[in-house]
Amino acid sequence: MQDFLQFKAISKGYPGVQALADVSFSVKKGAVHGLMGENGAGKSTLIRVLSGDQSADTGEILIDGKAQNYRSVRDAFEAGVIVIHQELQLVPELTVAENLWLGRFPGKAGVIDRTRLVGVVKQKLKDIGIDIDPAAKVASLSIGERQMVEIAKAVMADARVIALDEPTSSLSSRESEILFALIDRLRAEGKIILYVSHRLDEIFRLCDSLTVLRDGKLAAHHPDISKVTRDQIISEMVGREIANIWGFRPRERGAVRLEVKDLAGRKLRTPISFSVRQGEILGFFGLIGAGRSEMARLVYGADSRSQGTVSVDGKAVAPDSPPQSIRSGIVLCPEDRKFDGIVQGRNIEENMAISSRRHFSPFGILQPKKEAELADRFIARLRVRTPSRKQEIVNLSGGNQQKVILGRWLSEQGVKVLIIDEPTRGIDVGAKSEIYEILYELAGQGMAIVVISSELPEVMGITDRIMVMCEGRVAADIERADFDERRILAAALPDVANASELSNQQVKSR
Amino acid sequence: MTSLKKLLLGEQGLVVIFAVAFAIVALTVPNFLTERNMLGLLQSVVTIGIVACTMMFCLASRDFDLSVGSTVAFSGMVAVMASNASGSILVGLVAALICGGAVGLVNGVVIARFRINALITTLATMQIVRGFALIASDGRAVGINDPGFYQLALSKFLGIPTPIWVMVVFFIVFGFVLNRTVFGKNTLAIGGNPEASRLAGVNVSNMRIWIFTLQGLVCAVAGVLLASRITSGQPNAATGLELSVISACVLGGVSLAGGRAAMTGVIVGVLIMGIAENVMNLLNIQAFYQYVVRGLILLLAVLLDNLRSAAAGRRT
Repeated sequence: MQDFLQFKAISKGYPGVQALADVSFSVKKGAVHGLMGENGAGKSTLIRVLSGDQSADTGEILIDGKAQNYRSVRDAFEAGVIVIHQELQLVPELTVAENLWLGRFPGKAGVIDRTRLVGVVKQKLKDIGIDIDPAAKVASLSIGERQMVEIAKAVMADARVIALDEPTSSLSSRESEILFALIDRLRAEGKIILYVSHRLDEIFRLCDSLTVLRDGKLAAHHPDISKVTRDQIISEMVGREIANIWGFRPRERGAVRLEVKDLAGRKLRTPISFSVRQGEILGFFGLIGAGRSEMARLVYGADSRSQGTVSVDGKAVAPDSPPQSIRSGIVLCPEDRKFDGIVQGRNIEENMAISSRRHFSPFGILQPKKEAELADRFIARLRVRTPSRKQEIVNLSGGNQQKVILGRWLSEQGVKVLIIDEPTRGIDVGAKSEIYEILYELAGQGMAIVVISSELPEVMGITDRIMVMCEGRVAADIERADFDERRILAAALPDVANASELSNQQVKSR
Repeated sequence: MTSLKKLLLGEQGLVVIFAVAFAIVALTVPNFLTERNMLGLLQSVVTIGIVACTMMFCLASRDFDLSVGSTVAFSGMVAVMASNASGSILVGLVAALICGGAVGLVNGVVIARFRINALITTLATMQIVRGFALIASDGRAVGINDPGFYQLALSKFLGIPTPIWVMVVFFIVFGFVLNRTVFGKNTLAIGGNPEASRLAGVNVSNMRIWIFTLQGLVCAVAGVLLASRITSGQPNAATGLELSVISACVLGGVSLAGGRAAMTGVIVGVLIMGIAENVMNLLNIQAFYQYVVRGLILLLAVLLDNLRSAAAGRRT
């Protein structure tokens, strides 16, 4: 098979940054090709160039031996290249079929031919093995199903190259499996899939070949993925050997810090109870929708509780009020940084000082000097990579945004309990280790830490104890000494039959 | 970018355009740059200017207030009626502040606690409050008994009428509040991302209630000054004020999507509205055309703002 998709010496610069420098590689027909690299390595830029959203400064893309010089997403679409972004591009109030036909509805004189509209889509979905009702409104579908629709849209448009940007970041493992099966079928049909992901398991599960980018340059190209190891890829990504990215350090545990008793609310009906000791890192693992984030929001008072108590060091925390929780020493780094964490349009300094500034602002009057000092102190301590504290927060990478939110809470007074939901989602390997280090340090100082994560290796790697949640209940409570991948996964899965089957797959894929 | 473009689309682009427009008008329109006309111009924008101070906060926190015109009329009416009835101007002032504040408080509570869309809520209170003003006065203007009341608008300090001083003080105070206080920063944070602000410990619903209550109080001040200037409580005063005020804010670069506001921008916005009207009056242009011109200015300002954000996007 010939190289169907070729990148030739692609370079692209932005003011101050060389995002891509002389990147060349090629992909064969009917291959799933992985694209990896830390955040800022140039993956997104490469995908943007491929999608026609931005044009390269120099270099060219060849499809089937023909040089493409498209200038827009529309041109790329005509050439058979479709990129599926993390933010899906579907109209929620239209049906699946209508979304698939959007822009070129079948019919005469503006009257839509409904039979054809639904019929063709039905056949197409069946062909590629997607089990979704074409007449269903997109708004009624799960995120996983929407992703399928997005892919079906690409297939309908006869795409030859489909690029997927972190497609599983908001999917449960079951939904991911369905997606993987679909990708396998597309591969068999001879499509080229460009697969961008941070997750090594998925890369090994899916990809035939792999390209690793680092600092905008080609770090490695592996035409045959079976000849590479995980550790090799990680060191290619970071440019240095990382022996153990978890770096777990055992600590002394003290008295009970956080005590949650019979807590329940509208989105978490079964009451939940647990406690966390000083210096302890407690992990919560479960599938998407298992109720972990809902639990965290209840403890923090972001959602209102219907029953139960939360206490810190034996003192009850006033219900349903984040400001009260902060005063009692509980803080939350939310799951969705973009929507619940950062305040867009504000800079680093303001995002850090938003809560703690009340301690040094007499009569509510700001003290710019003190805020600047505070920001600089935590930028240095948390090693936030930024030219200045005045940098807009949206311009930071995910890892640095997470550090700013940590800085927001570390600058508060008397924080005793830190709840951190998906601490490293969308964060590159190097920054991950740094965030873990910060968590160990805080726990070492006696803070009680609750880590919620969908990544099993992460929860197992960094916590002292794991509580597994399944369908809104606690399914297991396991000490570090007894950590066992199969047991944890089995507890997280809703029914036993599925559990053993899926956990086998997971284990095999590793 | 050429340096001209840079200047116009930069942070201070609006101020530059304003200065240029002002200079052109001053040189070409007769009688414009006289002390009498300048004071008249400033007096004509007092109501818009005062109300724009708090409307800025409202818009910056991603809210909207359509009830300001009605509140101005109603509280002016209350001030006149209460001072007529009690014989004390002070009682009238306090009554107006209470009524204005109450309207704002109701707006704030309905919007923040019952989570009703601000547009709908204030559309409703706009009509309810206008109704109150008409009911209280039986639809007629209410004359002022105590000539002392006129002095609120007529008195001068250092040769400049009191209402202008009030407006200037409000500009300074609210400029300070926006830029230098936790209240101002929290307002902008809420506008930038309400949920993130709430999770960061900002008491979002209390903030919104405060913003609307402040808006009501400020409308009451504007209402009293307006009643004093037109020497009566008019139930139909300040109709359409909400649109002029929002226009002025948007002209001044306040984002309707929330999170972006600057006092200097709002001041310039208010002045542009005032100058446009003033110049058209001086040139004897029929009042009907003024609507068209005002609308065009607003459209142009929004287009300019759009270009400016696009330019800012390219820079980062």
